[in-house]
Amino acid sequence: MKKLHFVMAVFVVASMVLTACGGGAGGGDALKVGMVTDLGGIDDKSFNATAYSGIDKAIADLGIEGKYLESTQQSDYAKNIQQFLDEDTQLIVTVGFLLGVDTAVAAKANPETKFAIVDYSYPDCFGDGVEGQTCGSASEIPNVLGLTFQIDQAGFLAGYAAAGSTKTGKVATWGGINIPPVAAFMIGYEKGVDYYNEENGTEVEVLGWSNEANEGSFIGNFESLDDGRATTESLVQEGADIVMPVAGPAGLGGAAYCAESGSCMVIGVDTDWTVSASEYTDIILTSVLKNMNVAVYDTVKAVQDGTFAGGLYVGTLANNGVGLADVKGASDELKAGLDAVRQGIIDGSIATK
Amino acid sequence: MSNTTAPNTKEKKRSGIWSELLIPALAVLSGLILGAIVILVSGENPLVAYGALFEGSFGNPLDLVEGLQVYFATGETKELLRAIYPFTESLVTATPYLFAGLSVALGFRCGLFNIGAEGQFFIGALCSAFVGYSIKGLPMIVHLPLAILAGALGGAVWGMIPGYLKARFGAHEVVNTIMMNWIAFRLSDWLLNGPMKSSGFRPVTPNVMETAELPRFFPDPLRFNLGFFLALLAAYLLYWFLFKTTLGFEVRSVGANPDAAKYAGMNIVRNFVLVMFLAGGLAGLAGTAQVLGVDHWVGQGFSAGYGFDAIALALLGKSHPFGVVLSALLFGFLRSGATDMQSMARIPIDIISIIQGMVIVFIAAPDIIRWLYRIREVKKEEAVLTRGWGS
Repeated sequence: MKKLHFVMAVFVVASMVLTACGGGAGGGDALKVGMVTDLGGIDDKSFNATAYSGIDKAIADLGIEGKYLESTQQSDYAKNIQQFLDEDTQLIVTVGFLLGVDTAVAAKANPETKFAIVDYSYPDCFGDGVEGQTCGSASEIPNVLGLTFQIDQAGFLAGYAAAGSTKTGKVATWGGINIPPVAAFMIGYEKGVDYYNEENGTEVEVLGWSNEANEGSFIGNFESLDDGRATTESLVQEGADIVMPVAGPAGLGGAAYCAESGSCMVIGVDTDWTVSASEYTDIILTSVLKNMNVAVYDTVKAVQDGTFAGGLYVGTLANNGVGLADVKGASDELKAGLDAVRQGIIDGSIATK
Repeated sequence: MSNTTAPNTKEKKRSGIWSELLIPALAVLSGLILGAIVILVSGENPLVAYGALFEGSFGNPLDLVEGLQVYFATGETKELLRAIYPFTESLVTATPYLFAGLSVALGFRCGLFNIGAEGQFFIGALCSAFVGYSIKGLPMIVHLPLAILAGALGGAVWGMIPGYLKARFGAHEVVNTIMMNWIAFRLSDWLLNGPMKSSGFRPVTPNVMETAELPRFFPDPLRFNLGFFLALLAAYLLYWFLFKTTLGFEVRSVGANPDAAKYAGMNIVRNFVLVMFLAGGLAGLAGTAQVLGVDHWVGQGFSAGYGFDAIALALLGKSHPFGVVLSALLFGFLRSGATDMQSMARIPIDIISIIQGMVIVFIAAPDIIRWLYRIREVKKEEAVLTRGWGS
């Protein structure tokens, strides 16, 4: 017994001593790609997970060397980016607007390294913003590609599908925090419902968001499943039978309420919830897809091919950057309507915002 | 380092310190061993993992030598700064741990269980940020102390409320500090989306003025700043307060035996309120150091749970200010090194939480350690850490 203790102790001490030789990274000359998550972490089943699946695909298809660093607090953002810089990573992907400032600062200090940031773009300094402090940059940064999404297009389709599926004549939505990337879902959603009403002479109502007032229901965070559940419950009690929660993990609280009460259906956001939250498949009407994986994969490929250029990537229905998953129980009429609307949005005859 | 039990002879004193340090040290060692087993089971190499952890927290010694050579040969500091970056970053991480750990330790000394450090941390950070960005045109010599004071005061008031409720109405501080945490979290949600929101759409406060920033010692990206030394100073002042002043003696007496303290004519109510006020102030300073020294703005997810880790940390440090310094450094090195471990060895950062958790289990049940390593128990008076629910 005593010997065992001794062996274990030696084992750990040795691990401490051997460190000086532990650092050497292998890998040869494969493209090095690193992703920094926001606070949601890599297994958030939504934002970060989707973006990383693009890198996963690139590892499999393109033979790159890819990895991620999770952030657990805001001071980790700069630290994690710095870690990748120290490892001579060639492409650094940052996820979410909270990393907007740190990404810009690092990109300007390291013009040789390529960056891509999901859901953000530069210039982002307007009015009294101070570069590198309250905002990232007053001009475009040549080595950063902003990956943005015209999610209102997909939200529009979701609104159309919801209006065509409701039985109570009321559909609802609510959000995490009232910021443009969230509100865009809801703006498109209401427009889609309005369009359905115009076409079919119905009077489906939208609860939880109003384009006229530019205001709606927000719970103030993206984490609290309890808040999500309570908000969904109150909207359902006001008569809605379809709810679209735009709040990442907090939205699952709404799905849980619908699954238990059986009185409503939800529309998933970001990813196809029948896959990422499959336990709720029965009550998921459809999902608004923000194909960050496609955008990230394309970016990695561009760096590999030497065609990377900074600036702005906009995901649309046309380039498959955004989309709508299959609608459960849709009639042929609704399906045909959705196809027509999709075509109309792509050719520009239907305005979504 | 002095000892709480104050044995008579010098020799006795020295062996006392060693036995005090032995159990925590073995607990940490055992935690690392068990962590290694977990890493092994998950299919990775613990040697590589701990190698990366070490390099991430202290830096690579070879890099340091190279950096020094380059510096002396050419006067170029870039390589040298790069070599000391991991070490300074660990000290940066240790700073809020240190303040928050002192806060919880002070509570323990008076028999109070301050679970509210996390909330006090947020309130302190928000108060400092507010003074830091809203007041313009002051010289640093006025502005910086003012911003620090605001953070300490904010945290202190937040801590004093449960202290007063306990002293006046007998409401248990565990319940009330937890409740105050939730109030602090939701309050900061609201403030960040409303009154304290900066221009632009991000729910964060504006940046503090340069005159309110804690000075940094090195150029970017090194974030090592004055906060660390303030934390060390706070540890010394707390030691002095607890062991060299009459008030500190009262605090410890109330913690050891409130009934005896009362009988000796000490004012229990005043001590509870005072200790929670000071403890809240220390936790508030943790937030202050983080916002004025590292981040310069407050956003959601401002803290990675420093206030909660601080409870474990205070236990590991045996509620002695100097013990807290050591354990805060340990936690800082573990947390900071985890970034490298995550990147180079691809071990999830959660393994650090596992190691920390195991260390605490061993600290809470020292008999396991004594049994594992065949240590005979040293007879001595144990400081009472906290009183139960019934007090």
